[in-house]
Amino acid sequence: MALSNVLHAPAAGFNFDHAARNAELEGLFDAQIPKPVKTGTTIAGVVFKDGVVLGADTRATSSEIVADKMCSKIHYIAPNIYCCGAGTAADTEKTTELLSSNLTIFSLNSGRNPRVVMAVNILQEMLYRYHGQIGASLILGGVDCTGNHLYTVGPYGSVNTMPYLAMGSGDLAALGILEDGYKPDLELDKAKELVRAAIHAGVMNDLASGNNIDICVLTREGVDHIRPYQVSQYKDKRKTKYKYGAGTTAVLTEKVVPVKLEVVEETVQRMDTA
Amino acid sequence: MLNGRRGFLKDSVPVAGLCPQGAYGIQDCLRSGFSSVKNELLPSHPLELSEKNFQPNKDKMNFSTLRNIQGLHAPLKLQMEYRAARQIQRLPFLPSSNLALDTLRGNDESIGFEDILCDPAQSEMMGEPHLMVEYNLGLL
Repeated sequence: MALSNVLHAPAAGFNFDHAARNAELEGLFDAQIPKPVKTGTTIAGVVFKDGVVLGADTRATSSEIVADKMCSKIHYIAPNIYCCGAGTAADTEKTTELLSSNLTIFSLNSGRNPRVVMAVNILQEMLYRYHGQIGASLILGGVDCTGNHLYTVGPYGSVNTMPYLAMGSGDLAALGILEDGYKPDLELDKAKELVRAAIHAGVMNDLASGNNIDICVLTREGVDHIRPYQVSQYKDKRKTKYKYGAGTTAVLTEKVVPVKLEVVEETVQRMDTA
Repeated sequence: MLNGRRGFLKDSVPVAGLCPQGAYGIQDCLRSGFSSVKNELLPSHPLELSEKNFQPNKDKMNFSTLRNIQGLHAPLKLQMEYRAARQIQRLPFLPSSNLALDTLRGNDESIGFEDILCDPAQSEMMGEPHLMVEYNLGLL
């Protein structure tokens, strides 16, 4: 359909045409506007002797309703880099996917595994460019040729690096456990237990975090994504399939009526089998 | 190859990038509808202006750094290449691949939101070919 008011091709990327209209509509439909799904989360990471352990809970909330009980917050970025995401679920998902695509192109072009600093820089530039409108707080952990790294990138583009980090709505609870239990050069089991305890503190003390706990261990040798590492003790017994077996409904009476058929016409057609 | 006034991609968008689009600086009511003072003064979204100006600003910053480091010849040569690449376009109402421009900018090795959202090749709207060509040549 050719429109006479379009004088040049629309620019690619974000389109702000309806922003003014949406601002006007904001006051009118308060109750019915769908709220974005936030991950309202506890995510944490710890650097240990041989690599990095990342942990996350699995609850996604949409204001006060649990939207997803088994959502996956530890995203794949590269074979040696994984990322936990807190904030608006769609933003963390798409941002990490974009980052992963860019790093894959880089790996294919250069033949090298990407470094964690490269992922951090790409993320920081992207998030700063959009001035916090993309609500993604991410914890990136990875092992590359320069060592084990753990970084956090905030929604406005701030970067922080520490041997242990926590983000999300339950970060204060998790950070308390991490501050108390962290020592340099932990062993694998102690590191996993520390991260589990930190996420568990977030799950217990924050309404928006809950359900299971996922753990991801990154080392030189490879990645171990344990999903779930700890299952919530509060499971509901809802069936996912509502198919009832034969005999569930009792038969009370049975009546058989034979249908009488009359032969009206009979024709025989020979088949040529020569 | 069209060499009209509005044929080239703009070097920069003015700060008050929302001034009326018509001739003589007056809103062209027939083509773009009525205007309001509020719409012309303030952007409707905090990111609207910064996104419109992002590429030109980035280019300016890079060229100025390059000039400071390597001398005037470096940005001059690069800008000559950019201008040459920008001329390789289809007619205004057809989508151009901008392959040469993308390669020069380094966009062929990265994926951003401009590759995923509002892809011009998949746009459902089409402009009227005659009007678009006239606008491009500055005859409108």
